[in-house]
Amino acid sequence: MTSRGWLLFISRRLVVLAVLLVLISFAVFTLLYVSPGSAINALLGTNPRTPGEVRFLTREYHLNRPFLDQFWLWASQAVRLHFGNSIQTSLPVTSEITARLPTTIFLGLYAFVLIMVFGVGGGIVAALNRRRLADRGIVAAAIVALSTPAFVGGVGLIWVFAILVHLFPVYGPGAGFVDDLWHLTLPAIALALTGMAYLVRHTRAAMITVLDQDYVTFARARGLSRARVLLTYQLRNALIPVVTMSGLILSYVITGAVLVEDTFSLPGIGQLLVQSATTKDLPMLQAVAMLVAVVIVLANLLADVTYIAVDPRIRLGRGSGG
Amino acid sequence: MASAGLPVAGIRLVTVRRRASVPWLMWICFGIALLLVVLALFGTTLAPYNPSAQNLSDVLARPGGAHWLGTDSLGRDVLSRIMAGARSACLGPVVIAGGSMLLGNLLGLLAGYRGGRIDAIIMRWVDLMWSIPGLLVIIVVAGAVGADYWLAVGLLLILTIPFDTRTVRGAVLEQAPRPYVEAARTLGVADWRIMIFHIWPNVLPVAVANAFLNFAGSVGFLAGLSFLGFGAPVSSPDWGVQLSQGLQSLFQNPIGMLAPGAMIVLTATSVNLIGDWVYEQLSSRGAGR
Repeated sequence: MTSRGWLLFISRRLVVLAVLLVLISFAVFTLLYVSPGSAINALLGTNPRTPGEVRFLTREYHLNRPFLDQFWLWASQAVRLHFGNSIQTSLPVTSEITARLPTTIFLGLYAFVLIMVFGVGGGIVAALNRRRLADRGIVAAAIVALSTPAFVGGVGLIWVFAILVHLFPVYGPGAGFVDDLWHLTLPAIALALTGMAYLVRHTRAAMITVLDQDYVTFARARGLSRARVLLTYQLRNALIPVVTMSGLILSYVITGAVLVEDTFSLPGIGQLLVQSATTKDLPMLQAVAMLVAVVIVLANLLADVTYIAVDPRIRLGRGSGG
Repeated sequence: MASAGLPVAGIRLVTVRRRASVPWLMWICFGIALLLVVLALFGTTLAPYNPSAQNLSDVLARPGGAHWLGTDSLGRDVLSRIMAGARSACLGPVVIAGGSMLLGNLLGLLAGYRGGRIDAIIMRWVDLMWSIPGLLVIIVVAGAVGADYWLAVGLLLILTIPFDTRTVRGAVLEQAPRPYVEAARTLGVADWRIMIFHIWPNVLPVAVANAFLNFAGSVGFLAGLSFLGFGAPVSSPDWGVQLSQGLQSLFQNPIGMLAPGAMIVLTATSVNLIGDWVYEQLSSRGAGR
């Protein structure tokens, strides 16, 4: 794709992104109004209803203004990362989120690396040993893992490593990098299982298609080494569909973290989402939902960009056409 | 393939392949599926104990003669709760898989066959839905209006339809330029008849395979929502609820959390395998000739 084409593509995607964000923020804002009872009741939570408190909340959330004005005021605060105070703790929502963010990012990246390494690795091993024992075993394991939701896998891991063998810690995060790595290993494996299985199946299918291609046979016939054929001819082509899935996997990891953090009692964003939804802490819920939605929209954009960057057919096709 | 070079051997090969029909693994999957159907319909009646009867003098009993899988923290029989929980585990996914097959196929047929503006509108909608994370939406809605099993089922159904729409549309696009469609159109067959009686039977393998996939997926998804407290009510014997309660007493009776977990995995795995198998059977039905 030419640089002009790239610019056009990126700017078009950014417009879509902006529209999507406005839609999402509007949906998130209206949460306050779809909840049963008045907005004041929702914001009061379990706090006592005094005239002073009601007056304070009305002023704080501009409840006496027209609906669209309120949305505008809320959005202009949200852009500056002011989402109000938590009903539960009466602390600013943003500080609670920033305190929990590192755990979730650590867990997500850990799981993402596991998925990429073992998913792609397993798929390649299976494809190269097609119809042999290793292939059958990997395919069978992938089917079971694909049918195992993250929280069920997490519970299984807790049972094995907390009760049968005391190998890994089971609850909570650690302190410091190494301890974190140690504590987050089981949660990351639980989170990675489904994604890994998905990637194994896709990599295996892509590799098998590539193995039968004429250019591979020809490369072998020319006497190139097995390693060279594998690396520069097969992998490069087989990994195109895999790379394009990385955005999808990223957004799966983000939503899956909700279940895993709840299973392993990790103080992360996912746990915060569940807590704020259970306790109807609406300002907190709005902020967390907004954060997760933005990250997922960005992950999808990343997926589209890598798709085009990695596949020369699309890049050149668009460039010569436009 | 083989029949091209050696016609006689080819015919024999095909006959042999047809006779060696159902592999043993599939029989196990069918057995599990049948068991689930029976449990979903009669599980509460067949259960040895009342699944919600508490017995506070026999709390967290280990598996044994009286309670095969032990009891939970309120003294309720785990086996009975597993049997009774099959209903909420299967009912929601049946509604989701069936409803999504019906509506998704309709939209997919419309988009793929009609094309043009209808296609553009449907596919933009699919793209939009595709970029929405389902779990987040359901948790947020549950947080705003309160958790409910059927609310979760309804939302998940809406989020599943685009998945079916996209795959069916792809399959329809493959069928639409074929001669039989053109022939039907030349004969003056109405568009809706062509879509439903001519094209749809040919995309059925994809649709059915998708329905099984959706069923297996939503078993895990709904159980996950119940696990978090946004699905079935806390008092119900739903497997997700049981898993979350069993996790509290994992040291006393681990079976209390392992049994519902195993049931979720068994159900999803066997339905996934049946889906793969049905797809192969349906799509190779005409190819063997």
